[in-house]
Amino acid sequence: MESDIILRVNGREWPLRVDTRTTLLDALRERLGVTSPKKGCDHGQCGACTVLLDGRRINGCLVLAVACDGSEVVTAEGLGTDGELHPVQQAFVDHDGFQCGYCTPGQVCSAVGMLEEVAAGWPSAAGRPVADTPVLDDAEIRERMSGNLCRCGAYANIVTAVRAAKEVSR
Amino acid sequence: MDFLSPSTWEEALAAKSAHPDAVPIMGGTDVMVELNFGRRRPPALLDLTRIPQLRDHGPDDGYLRLGAGVPYTTIIERLRDRSPALAQAARAVASPQIRNRGSVGGNLGGASPAGDAHPPLLAVDALVELASVRGVRRVAAREFYHGPRRTARRDDELISAVLLPEPAGPQSFSKIGTRNAMVIAVASFSLALDAQARTVGTGIGSAGPTPLRAIEAEKFLASEFDWDGAASPSPATVTRFGELVASAARPIDDVRGSAHYRRHALSVMARRAVSWAVTDYRKEIARCA
Repeated sequence: MESDIILRVNGREWPLRVDTRTTLLDALRERLGVTSPKKGCDHGQCGACTVLLDGRRINGCLVLAVACDGSEVVTAEGLGTDGELHPVQQAFVDHDGFQCGYCTPGQVCSAVGMLEEVAAGWPSAAGRPVADTPVLDDAEIRERMSGNLCRCGAYANIVTAVRAAKEVSR
Repeated sequence: MDFLSPSTWEEALAAKSAHPDAVPIMGGTDVMVELNFGRRRPPALLDLTRIPQLRDHGPDDGYLRLGAGVPYTTIIERLRDRSPALAQAARAVASPQIRNRGSVGGNLGGASPAGDAHPPLLAVDALVELASVRGVRRVAAREFYHGPRRTARRDDELISAVLLPEPAGPQSFSKIGTRNAMVIAVASFSLALDAQARTVGTGIGSAGPTPLRAIEAEKFLASEFDWDGAASPSPATVTRFGELVASAARPIDDVRGSAHYRRHALSVMARRAVSWAVTDYRKEIARCA
């Protein structure tokens, strides 16, 4: 069965006819050529396909494209403005927050979503009492970025980059 | 594969009645894994994401009514005082990305014995609301789990909400896994005390064919607990409670852990839960005094 949908990706509208089994990740990569979200595990374990769906970070592999009809999708390609990198992207460059780069677009989208969650006062899932005002120290960054794996093990610099991006955004 | 996308709850119930073999999908974090890996090829999917009331929560005749599609993130952010054990369990679910999509309704629909939401629902004596074109009924969580991935839900029914009693004492949830994130529980345990009724509720996860209660342990702790002064129970009492919880489990050896380890972990979690409950109960007494 096929469905006609409209995906709004990085500010542009794409009318699309998709097989109803198509994931958002496959629609982005294989139909629209938006290849920054990566297919690492295809079951939500690795976070390499993380995109922002209506402003919230989600795994693109766990959402059907048909269920995103009319929704706003932002990928790493859509974060920057006017040729400028998003502050989180710039921080990953400045602090060498990657090695091979495969997980990076997902890491960057996750970090952008995460910083907004912190700004909105969402409590952390870290193993500490739930504070009213979350403090984004390194343990918190690690916990809040725990849905994104980096198989090169660039975590130390990813934490540094996210911390730096948070300073810039303040 | 048919894709049914109702825009109202009435349409959704009619669709489920016409297609009882349709698999409901909300956040997708459980169903999609099975689809992506070809483990399941349902004849139809019933997409519930367009039904706003599934994301509602609010008071309902002494209960907190939690729409089946309220994401874990919302439970953590807004409902931690109204459903402490469930909110703690919600914090332990998978990763932030998955908590933004996954919901208690999905946990109940899938009914994996390892689902993090189940032990708190058992411990607090929550109700599961099931709806169909025939009507609405409420089933105690304690009667909901029938077997591995089998529940009291009938084929034409959808899970509309869970109803959580007002907390009447300390509640907790704990979970054993290899790391904090993205872990299916090796074993999990929830404890809820009801200071008014002077009863104890328990829930055991990932250590049996279904989520389980430790009924003997509940009765034992209810009779031994110092409901007036919250004096620390004797080490023998705490140890015995741990043993009774462990003996209520029916675990197997699998890739995540051995049956022996699961029993051991449950006894440790149960003992810790008692000490947390005593501490919280004392604070509550001091606050009310």
